[in-house]
Amino acid sequence: MTTSASDVTVESVVRNAAAGHRGQRGALLPVLHAVQAELGHVPQEAIAVLADEFNLSRADVHGVVTFYHDFRRESAGRTTVRICRAEACQALGADGLVAYAREAGLALGETTADGAVTVEQVFCLGNCALGPAAEVNGRLYGRVDPARLGSLLDGTVSS
Amino acid sequence: MNSTAKPMATVYVPRDSAARSVGADDVADALRQAAARGDFALDVVRNGSRGMLWLEPLVEVVTPHGRVGYGPVAPSDVEGLLAAGMLDGADHPLRLGVVDELPWLARQNRVTFARVGVTDPLSTDDYLAHGGLAGLRAALERPPADVVAEVTSSGLRGRGGAGFPAGIKWKTVLECADELKFVCCNADEGDSGTFADRMVMEGDPFMLIEGMTIAAHAVGASEGYLYIRSEYPDAVATMRAAIGIAREHGWLGKGILGSTLDFELHVRVGGGAYICGEETSMLESLEGKRGTVRAKPPIPAIEGLFGRPTVVNNVLTLATVPVVLASGARAYAELGVERSRGTQVFQLGGNIAHGGIVETAFGVTLRELVEDYGGGTFTGRPVRTVQVGGPLGAYLPTSMFDLPMDYEAFAAAGAMVGHGGVVVFDDTVDMAAQARFAMEFCAAESCGKCTPCRVGSVRGVEVIDKIVAGRHRDENLALLEDLCDLMTDGSLCAMGGLTPMPVRSALTHFHDDFLAREPDQGANSRQPSGTRTEGTA
Repeated sequence: MTTSASDVTVESVVRNAAAGHRGQRGALLPVLHAVQAELGHVPQEAIAVLADEFNLSRADVHGVVTFYHDFRRESAGRTTVRICRAEACQALGADGLVAYAREAGLALGETTADGAVTVEQVFCLGNCALGPAAEVNGRLYGRVDPARLGSLLDGTVSS
Repeated sequence: MNSTAKPMATVYVPRDSAARSVGADDVADALRQAAARGDFALDVVRNGSRGMLWLEPLVEVVTPHGRVGYGPVAPSDVEGLLAAGMLDGADHPLRLGVVDELPWLARQNRVTFARVGVTDPLSTDDYLAHGGLAGLRAALERPPADVVAEVTSSGLRGRGGAGFPAGIKWKTVLECADELKFVCCNADEGDSGTFADRMVMEGDPFMLIEGMTIAAHAVGASEGYLYIRSEYPDAVATMRAAIGIAREHGWLGKGILGSTLDFELHVRVGGGAYICGEETSMLESLEGKRGTVRAKPPIPAIEGLFGRPTVVNNVLTLATVPVVLASGARAYAELGVERSRGTQVFQLGGNIAHGGIVETAFGVTLRELVEDYGGGTFTGRPVRTVQVGGPLGAYLPTSMFDLPMDYEAFAAAGAMVGHGGVVVFDDTVDMAAQARFAMEFCAAESCGKCTPCRVGSVRGVEVIDKIVAGRHRDENLALLEDLCDLMTDGSLCAMGGLTPMPVRSALTHFHDDFLAREPDQGANSRQPSGTRTEGTA
C-alpha cells in the first residue's frame, strides 16, 4: 500500500463514513453509498480500509463492491445519462435512443474522453407509462425522443 | 377556506416522479410565481399522482363542486389557465372536469390507492382526515394472534408476484419464540412495467409505515427495514422524510400511540441489482453482502434477516394491511374472484395511450385493461402483444385478451399476474428480439449462484441468435426447449426459473418471428406481417 495524499483522503472518507453508520446492522451498503457520494466512485484504496472497518477480508469487500451495478470503480463524467432499456421503454423506442447516443459517439457504459458525459443503460426507472424514460444527473425525464435526448446531452434543457 | 374578498384557492400539482418527469415542478413554479406577483391568490399543494399518468402534469383546483382537473398542463399554459379563471374551475381546452367523477377513475375500486393523489403525502393532518391510523389503532387493541387471523381471513396475498397468503407467513413468524424479529418491506420494484410501489411510497408513505407497524405488532418484531431500489431517489427521500415525521408524532419508536409497542424503521437503498427483488437476495443485501439467492429451506419466516424470524412482504401487501384492519377482513374479501381476493393494482405501461394505475377487483379482463382503460396504443397502431407480470412474465396475444386477471386463471394459461404490470406493444414489435432480451436480461442480472440461470441465460441468447439466423433451426429450437425446461426445473429462484416464460410464450404465440431473417435462407424467410398466424388457435 502506498501512502500518498490521495490515499489518506480516501482513508479518512471511508473511516468517517463507517463511523457515521456505526451501530447499524449490516452497514456495508450504506457506507459504500456514502463513500461514492463523497468521492464519485469507490476507489481501490477504499477496499482495504473497508475490510478493516467491517472485519472482513478484502476479497469479501471486493465481492460486494463489484456485485452491485451502482458502485463505480472510477468516477463518471460530469453529466451522467441513464437510458432505460427495459421492456416498457423498448415498446416506445428505447433502442432508438441508444442508437442515437451511439451515433453521437456515446457508447453505453463509457465516458467521453473529455470527461463530460457518461451514458449508461438502466433497467427500469419506474416511469413505464410515460416512456421512453431517461435520467440525467439523477433527474427523471419522460417521453424522451431522440431530439429531446439530444438537448439533454447538450445540456440545453434547463434543470 | 375563508370567504373574504380574495379567497385563497388551493391548487394541487403532483410531486410524483412520473409527473415531475414531464414538467410538474415547472408548472408548480409558474403557479407560485403568479401568486408571488400578487395577480392571483393561490396556495400550491404538492400531492401524489392520481395515476392517470397520460394527463400529467394534472393540476387540480378546489372548488365548491369538487376538485376540478386540468391536464396535461405545460408551464406555458399556466398564464392562460389562470386568465381563463382556472381558480374558479372555469372552462378551458385543458379542463377535464371534476376529477373524482372522471370515468377512468370513477370505475375503479381504489382501496390501497384511496389516498394516493388526493392528499399531501407528508401531511399528518391529511393522513388522519382520510382515515389514516384507523387500522393501526384497531390492531393495537387486539392481541397479535387476532391480527394475524384477521389478515389471514381477508385472503390478502403477497403482491410481489408470488401471491403467497400474507397471514400464513405472519403466523409462522409469530409462532417463533425469538426475542429479536424483523419486518422487511421489499421495495426493490425492478420489474419493467411496474411502478405502483413507487407511487405508494411517493404518494402515501404513512400508509406503508402504518402497515409495517401493524405487521410488527402482529408478529412481535421490534425492527423494520424498508429496502428501496436506488433507481427511486424520490421514493427514498419521501419515505425518509415520512419516517422522521412519524417518529416525531409517536407513530414510530417507543410506545407507539400510547401502547406498549416499540418499533424502529430504517430505509436501506439498494445497489442497482435486479436480483435483490428476490426476497432472500434482498436479505443478503440488507446484511451487507452480495445479493446472492439463498436456498430454501430455511424459509425467511423462520431464519430470515441475520438468521432471525422475518416477515418479508412487498410494498403493496403491507400498504393494504391498514385497510384490512380498519374495515375488517370480510369487507376486503368480498372483493375479487375465487382465491384471488380483494383488489389488484394493475399498472398499464409501455406503448399505451392512457397508462397508469388501475386498481380494481381481481377478475377484470386484459381487454378491459388494455382497450377500455388503456385506450389502445400510444402510437395508434394495432396492439400485438402485452407482457403481464414483469420481465419474467408471459407475452400474450390479443386472442387471449378475455382471460380474467386472477392468479389461478393466469397460471393455468402458462402466464402470471405477478405484480400486476401490463406492458403493451404495437405491431412493430419483434418477438424474437423480445425473447432474446429476456435471456440477455437474465444473463446481465443473474446473481450467479446457480448454473441453470448463470450459464443457461447466456446459452439462451446464443441459441436464439442461431434460430433467427436460420442455422440448424429445428435442432436449435429443440435445444431451446430443452434449455427452458432445465432453467425452469433447475434454477434456485424465479430469475432463472421464470425467464423461460417470456421466451416460451413468444415462441408459442408468435412463432413466425423466429423464422430466419436473411434473404438467402430462401423458404425460411420471414413472412410479411399480414400473414401472421399467431394466436389464432
